[in-house]
Amino acid sequence: MIINHPLLGPRDAAEFVYLGDAGLIDRPDWQADDAAQAFHDYMYLRDNPAGLHRELWFHEQGDRSWLVVTRNTVTHEITNVELARDVAIAQGRGQ
Amino acid sequence: MTDLKPITPLGAGAARIHTIGQVTISENPDRSMASLTTRKGKADAVRLVAKTALGLDLPGPGQSTISGDFTAWWTGPDQWMIDADHAQYELLAAHIAQAIGPVASVTEQTDGWCRFDLTGSGSVALLERLCPADVPTMQPGQATRTLLHHLGCFVICSTAGFSVLGPRSSAGSLHHALIEAAHSVA
Amino acid sequence: MSINRLTGGLIDHASPLQFTFDGKTFEGRKGDTLASALLANDVRLMGRSFKYHRPRGVLSAGSEEPNALVELRSGARREPNTRATTVELFDGLTADSQNRLGSLKFDALGVNDVFHRFFAAGFYYKTFMWPKAFWEKLYEPMIRHAAGLGSISLQDDPDVYDKGFLHCDLLVVGAGPAGLAAALTAGRAGARVILAEEDFLLGGRLIADTGTLTDMSGADWVGTAQAELATMDNVRIMPRTTVVGAYDHGVYGAVERISDHLAVPEDGKPRQVFWRIYSKRALVCAGAIERPIAFENNDRPGVMLAGAVRAYANRWAATPAPSVVVFTNNDDGHRTAADLVAKGVSVPTIVDTRDTAPDMQGTEVLAGAQIADTKGRLGVKSVTVKLINGQTRVIPCGAVAVSGGWNPNLGLTCHQRGRPVWSEKILSFVPGGDLPQGQSVAGAANGETSTHSALASGAQGAVDALESIGLTAQAGDLPAAEDRPVSVSPFWYVQGAKRAWVDFQNDVTVKDIKLSHQEGFRSVEHLKRYTTLGMATDQGKTANLTGLAVMAELTGKTIPETGTTIFRPPYTPVAMGALAGRSVGKAFHPTRLTPSHHWAAEQGAEFVEVGNWLRAQYFPRPGETHWRQAVDREVLATRSSVGVCDVTTLGKIDVQGADAAAFLNKIYANGFAKLAVGKVRYGLMLREDGIAYDDGTAARLAEDHFVVTTTTANAVPVYRNMEFARQCLWPDLDVQLISTTEAWAQYAVAGPNARKLLQKIVDPEFDITNDAFPFMACGEITVGGGLRARLFRISFSGELAFEIAVPTRYGDALIRRLMDEGQEFDLTPYGTEALGVMRIEKGHATGAELNGTTTALNLGMGRMVSKKKDCIGNTLSERDGLNTADALALVGLKPKGDGQIMTGSHLMAASGPVDAAHDQGYVTSAAYSPILESSIGLAFVKNGSNRLGETMRAVNPLEGGELLVELVSAHFVDPEGGRLRD
Repeated sequence: MIINHPLLGPRDAAEFVYLGDAGLIDRPDWQADDAAQAFHDYMYLRDNPAGLHRELWFHEQGDRSWLVVTRNTVTHEITNVELARDVAIAQGRGQ
Repeated sequence: MTDLKPITPLGAGAARIHTIGQVTISENPDRSMASLTTRKGKADAVRLVAKTALGLDLPGPGQSTISGDFTAWWTGPDQWMIDADHAQYELLAAHIAQAIGPVASVTEQTDGWCRFDLTGSGSVALLERLCPADVPTMQPGQATRTLLHHLGCFVICSTAGFSVLGPRSSAGSLHHALIEAAHSVA
Repeated sequence: MSINRLTGGLIDHASPLQFTFDGKTFEGRKGDTLASALLANDVRLMGRSFKYHRPRGVLSAGSEEPNALVELRSGARREPNTRATTVELFDGLTADSQNRLGSLKFDALGVNDVFHRFFAAGFYYKTFMWPKAFWEKLYEPMIRHAAGLGSISLQDDPDVYDKGFLHCDLLVVGAGPAGLAAALTAGRAGARVILAEEDFLLGGRLIADTGTLTDMSGADWVGTAQAELATMDNVRIMPRTTVVGAYDHGVYGAVERISDHLAVPEDGKPRQVFWRIYSKRALVCAGAIERPIAFENNDRPGVMLAGAVRAYANRWAATPAPSVVVFTNNDDGHRTAADLVAKGVSVPTIVDTRDTAPDMQGTEVLAGAQIADTKGRLGVKSVTVKLINGQTRVIPCGAVAVSGGWNPNLGLTCHQRGRPVWSEKILSFVPGGDLPQGQSVAGAANGETSTHSALASGAQGAVDALESIGLTAQAGDLPAAEDRPVSVSPFWYVQGAKRAWVDFQNDVTVKDIKLSHQEGFRSVEHLKRYTTLGMATDQGKTANLTGLAVMAELTGKTIPETGTTIFRPPYTPVAMGALAGRSVGKAFHPTRLTPSHHWAAEQGAEFVEVGNWLRAQYFPRPGETHWRQAVDREVLATRSSVGVCDVTTLGKIDVQGADAAAFLNKIYANGFAKLAVGKVRYGLMLREDGIAYDDGTAARLAEDHFVVTTTTANAVPVYRNMEFARQCLWPDLDVQLISTTEAWAQYAVAGPNARKLLQKIVDPEFDITNDAFPFMACGEITVGGGLRARLFRISFSGELAFEIAVPTRYGDALIRRLMDEGQEFDLTPYGTEALGVMRIEKGHATGAELNGTTTALNLGMGRMVSKKKDCIGNTLSERDGLNTADALALVGLKPKGDGQIMTGSHLMAASGPVDAAHDQGYVTSAAYSPILESSIGLAFVKNGSNRLGETMRAVNPLEGGELLVELVSAHFVDPEGGRLRD
């Protein structure tokens, strides 16, 4: 597989480590009333789509960027690759 | 001056050099290295002060630059490796940190790495046997981190040839892989 | 030379090569394959079949060969199942036929053929079902012995293999007319081109057929094209290279045979290179594979594909026999007849299944006829032809050239589960629209069977492929070449035939397919698995379509309705060595050496692998005969005076930034905000699910600068997780991370005399007395006359201890200096074993306790988890299920009386049942404590901290044994921690 790194261009997937669903960026608020339930869902509930999936890859043997890769789990086609940090900020993390 | 005697990554007092076919592989323990990472929101300030205080042009992704005594290459977002002659800049990290000031984080990296310089016309063929980077198209001034024999390594292209920097503890394994590949393409 | 050697061809008649087959010496020519050389020597019999041990000869002239499998070379280099058709002849080559008992001509297992009724399709599932116990003991070993192919040498492969990586704009697979036209077109346009050809010569059918390209022979034109390509720096020509797999995103796997055509690889050179090719576009020009027609006894040596017979005659100047009958359902068979006649080979008859067949001057053409049977035990001696009028005629001959039409070579087009589509024009499957990303197909592989159409589609394919990546190319002028239309009529097998082979390698006949149908296995996938059609090492390249055609006829469906063939990587078998590359033996993975490694090796240390690290396990001294003697000595010496241990392998992460402390507060369960500069704190990391993950220390070197340590095993994943936290969870924090594990050589100096020793090393301006540098202090110092160093007053052993770090290049000098200066204290180096004993004596947890199931509460560190801040894992660590009253707690164990505690034992009440329902905990660590002169252990026990003093049983049903143990504090040595603070 080839991952088209937003900064470095196409790179062999062998340079990366896979984590899982990009929903792991959306870590719940620990002080919310439903924090226990929210962390449970965050930790254990995942969709397993046959089709487009947003997932986290770490460029461990490269620039150490976490990436959000949008990949079709059926065809392996990769339609979008973003820096996870940008995604996290855009989603309002770190306000 | 300490009287403790350094050894090279391959474990000897002197660097090892091998010429095999059309490539020469030289262990190079004579470089100091320090990482330079911008503090949050200080990227512009770091670029500016690097230029004014050190004469350093900080390159973009995949690039390396040589400015005076220093070579810098991009290692990650807002992060570079700076390298300089060890005899002249044994305390490179302190030197850089002093010059750049509190807008950046600087960490000594000198002995985190082993470095092998490859010269000769066989260098590209050798690297084709070891790493997935597109080495034949690399031009002087390009640098990348990639996998070489299971090891995360920098591959840097300069007018002198290529340099491969790998984790120091695995110097023996990396050197072995380079030597074997050199025989393969000799 | 034998009468089967013709003149001309692309072999060097002046360069004889000696080789042996089954111990007999033959002579071939440079340019021969093993198959062509054997044929030229009148050897048609080359092997025995898989199941029935039928005599078999060569069928094809390429990698699709199902029959002529040999054991190549001898000794450790012996390679079974090598296709004689792809083996390039070299001087001194040795080959042996395989799958025989006795000689090839009198194979004792030929008896299987007599009992063929028992070996029909599905015999595995039927014949040997009863009695059940016989399967494992008798039937299976018997079948394995009788069936199967070659045998391996059981010795280490003496050769080496490389891996490699190539990049290109356009990968052209196959260098026949289409591939050469494509490579020329793309090369002239300046694109980066890789032209991979399986054969050792470029040209494909251009060098196997007669016919001209404008005014040149095929071979001459290929030579001109190759010469032009060789001048282009942007084109890499790779003969002897098989593209074996099409993977995601334009990645192709290819095996280049660097040394297979040599007796022994040149010194230092690999035998093969497994290339990973990164292509922006790929054009598959892999040609077509001829299919046989099935008829009674069509597997006798001498029955061959017509295109192969033609190739042997034209390229290799060899014929299987002086007299060859042609059997065809298409015009291409007539071409073979014409070429053979031109080469002086007798073609007594062309048997054409079509009612109207073209005439051929001087050669009898029997239209509407079929071959009903063949004769000849070890090779064809005659064929029985059923004429259009129903009469039969016996025609003597030494070979039969069979053409049932040509199938596009679909392999690579299917590797991403692409489904081919049916073409009525060529009566075969052609690549469908769902090709692997970036791939297109040209030439015969795409059903373009004439030379002209192959050249044109190759050139145009290159233009189109390059255009799609923004490069411009022109198809240019093409040479004039034959453009014959396809003329083929469907004819798959001769009606009434019973033992008519479809899959030669797996011995599947028309009758087997009928049996499969009769028994209800009609879907293609069932047919395949029931009969094993297409499941041999050739993946049924010459068999699948005929099999589908037979099944289609039986079910009354069309062939495309019946199913499609699908191929998976690799296209041809790949040696395991090529997949392993250089990652074998000691180079299987990189080895990491500690800074003191060379010194430790000089001391005669025993080393242990810890991940990729080699660490000193213990340092045996003369006279010590058991490892425990060394370990006990190292522990006692450290506890009584001073010891030193290389702890460089612990992960070190440099954490800087204005929010560095806030960041550590997030990733550690305990608090770091208030840690003073110059101090170290133990830190426990949790996983987000509340389970303990890793532990270490964080030393605050400055307000905005920490050095974090991790366990050796988790150095990489902890750094990865910290980057995740930094980039994805708290991107607002001003924090920067970088690993410095390798940059510093770090030694633990432990024992009552640790300070006295270090005072001799540390430069005098640094005060490391207890007042100035108390327990958990850290600082940047200099040693040995000005060398920068870091000193941490931390202890894993429980003794007064320091860890001292210097730049790695000085690590060797530092350990030697320490040993010199430590002589007066009898400084003792200790390894990982003594380290482990001392940490168990001290009750410090490691990976055995942080084992992925335990919480801070279990570890006795529940109160460390801060409730006042957000950190990874704290919310879910509060779950009820992890906080029950009888939660596991870490305790120490001592045997009641003698006995040795074993790790992995489970703890049960002192009396009562021993079963899972009564399980109350388990032993995580155990060691012999030379201080306590007793076996000791660490264990998790339900509500353990409130049960100290209780006696339990440690039972080990796996290894046997039961031991009464007392629950004690986990801190066996210095529980108050006074020594740490001395």
